[in-house]
Amino acid sequence: MSLTRTDIENIARLARLELTEAEIPVYVDSLSRIFAFVGELERAPTEGISPMAHPLPGLAQRLRADEVTETDRRDLYQRNAPAAEAGLYLVPKVIE
Amino acid sequence: MAPSRAVGVGLNMAGSDMAGTDSGWETVIGLEIHAQLATRSKIFSGSATAYGALPNTQANLVDLGYPGVLPVLNGEAVRMAVCFGLAIGARIAPRSVFARKNYFYPDLPKGYQISQYELPIVAEGVLEVVLDDGVRKRIGITRAHLEEDAGKSLHEGLPGLTGIDLNRAGTPLIEIVSEPDMRSAREAIAYMKKVHTLVRYLGICDGNMQEGSFRCDANVSVRRRGAEQFGTRAEIKNLNSFRFVEKAINFEVERQIELIESGGKVVQETRLYDPDKGETRSMRSKEAANDYRYFPDPDLLPVLLEPAFIEAVRATLPELPDAKAARFVRDHGLSDYDAGVLTASREIAAFYEDVLQRVGSDPKLCANWVMGDFSAFLNRDNLEVGAAKVDAAHLAGLVSRIVDATISGKIAKEIFEAMWESGASADAVIEQKGLRQITDTGAIEAAIDEVMAKNPGQLADYRSGKDKLFGFFVGQVMKATGGKANPAQLNELLKAKLAG
Repeated sequence: MSLTRTDIENIARLARLELTEAEIPVYVDSLSRIFAFVGELERAPTEGISPMAHPLPGLAQRLRADEVTETDRRDLYQRNAPAAEAGLYLVPKVIE
Repeated sequence: MAPSRAVGVGLNMAGSDMAGTDSGWETVIGLEIHAQLATRSKIFSGSATAYGALPNTQANLVDLGYPGVLPVLNGEAVRMAVCFGLAIGARIAPRSVFARKNYFYPDLPKGYQISQYELPIVAEGVLEVVLDDGVRKRIGITRAHLEEDAGKSLHEGLPGLTGIDLNRAGTPLIEIVSEPDMRSAREAIAYMKKVHTLVRYLGICDGNMQEGSFRCDANVSVRRRGAEQFGTRAEIKNLNSFRFVEKAINFEVERQIELIESGGKVVQETRLYDPDKGETRSMRSKEAANDYRYFPDPDLLPVLLEPAFIEAVRATLPELPDAKAARFVRDHGLSDYDAGVLTASREIAAFYEDVLQRVGSDPKLCANWVMGDFSAFLNRDNLEVGAAKVDAAHLAGLVSRIVDATISGKIAKEIFEAMWESGASADAVIEQKGLRQITDTGAIEAAIDEVMAKNPGQLADYRSGKDKLFGFFVGQVMKATGGKANPAQLNELLKAKLAG
């Protein structure tokens, strides 16, 4: 499968990646080759096989008891944030 | 023209209450309701879900989307979703799967929301709503799935910046998706109220719309009456009051009709309702159309539910609003309307039954007091049932004094007000204020004689044929007795005395 320039621009937008003009053809080529590689899977015989939602067959999700086990460690966590004020994480203005 | 698609059992209500629009149009509405589940901890972490905590004090590493953390599903959220599914007669999926819904927004730290897509936990339910005119209509529920809530963005007071509070991130939600079965804003409200009542009955959501525990998106489109194809829809986001839902839908319907009639086309888009301006406006441009790229979340295994588990949940279901209302009509002789009002909240219904049991008779009188003064005072003071000073025993005491004719219904209102303020029993207020109804014939006759003696002119007029003056005498005697004369006795005695 070959990706177009528009595909690459769209994927970049969805991933919030800013590509330069020079980078776009590079990705058209390299991502197309990755798609082709993954596309090999299309040839696997899958008739009669039901799709899996997880690679561990037969296992079920474990359920937690509804208990509060976490304490407030905000100050510790916010040391990793680029900016925080009054307990809030700060980000550039989101315009709606 | 082809006949319009039959919807539910309701007679054609379509557009009948659309504000001032051409009846050549039909409105089509589907709702997506988000109900926060009333768990103590989050859906995938052990953080608290309590409302109103200081920003980010209830957001741990899982909620913050740190690398390497593993979500573990809260069993109580699963139980609550199953509860809801059973209550709407839906299919509970023996196997459901969590998926990642990918999009970027600062209040979604992972860059994806854990939701359910192809295999939701609840599918194909139905709710019957009763419309204002008594018509019943069945609204299909396509699905209800489990997902996590996002955090909150705060735009005020921070110039050029947005503040993010992630306390809400990871709070469990069920998203309840209806079929496009509603044909007017009022039908949509009736359905939304029904879901609101149901989730509170089940104890799975506190229903607090101001705090955002219960909110809704509306998908709205219009089509020419008789058309088979749905029109292009707009999705109106985040409506957190019944009134806003109604206003937003009515605005949107008018906007779409005007647009089409003036030669334009409705575009599929997300719109935001602005309650200050009373209008909807476009939120996201078409260019940035959503592409969520759902895929199964590899961090979570499929949720497998055994029939035994589902049956155990079924066994815990309370009597549901419809069944309770039907029982009130059947056993207590109430009207459909009264039964509907009394069962709209589980607490009010229980309170009513408590009062009725204590009084032991007169279910309609009990209903009137619970729906009337009692509910009005609760609303006035913004109180929950249990927080009022008048409890079921007190109200039953008051109603019993009306039943045994100790007091009149009119005086009872005055007594009720005193009870509401003081928390005293009806008997205590009656004694203290001397409000016992006068049923002693002699005492009433004495009062009548006195009034007649004081008003010889009116008496002569009455006797010469001015029947209308009867009301004047009733009023005077009531005044003389401080409103305490038994009305039926007074009427009878007065008639006899005035006749001479």
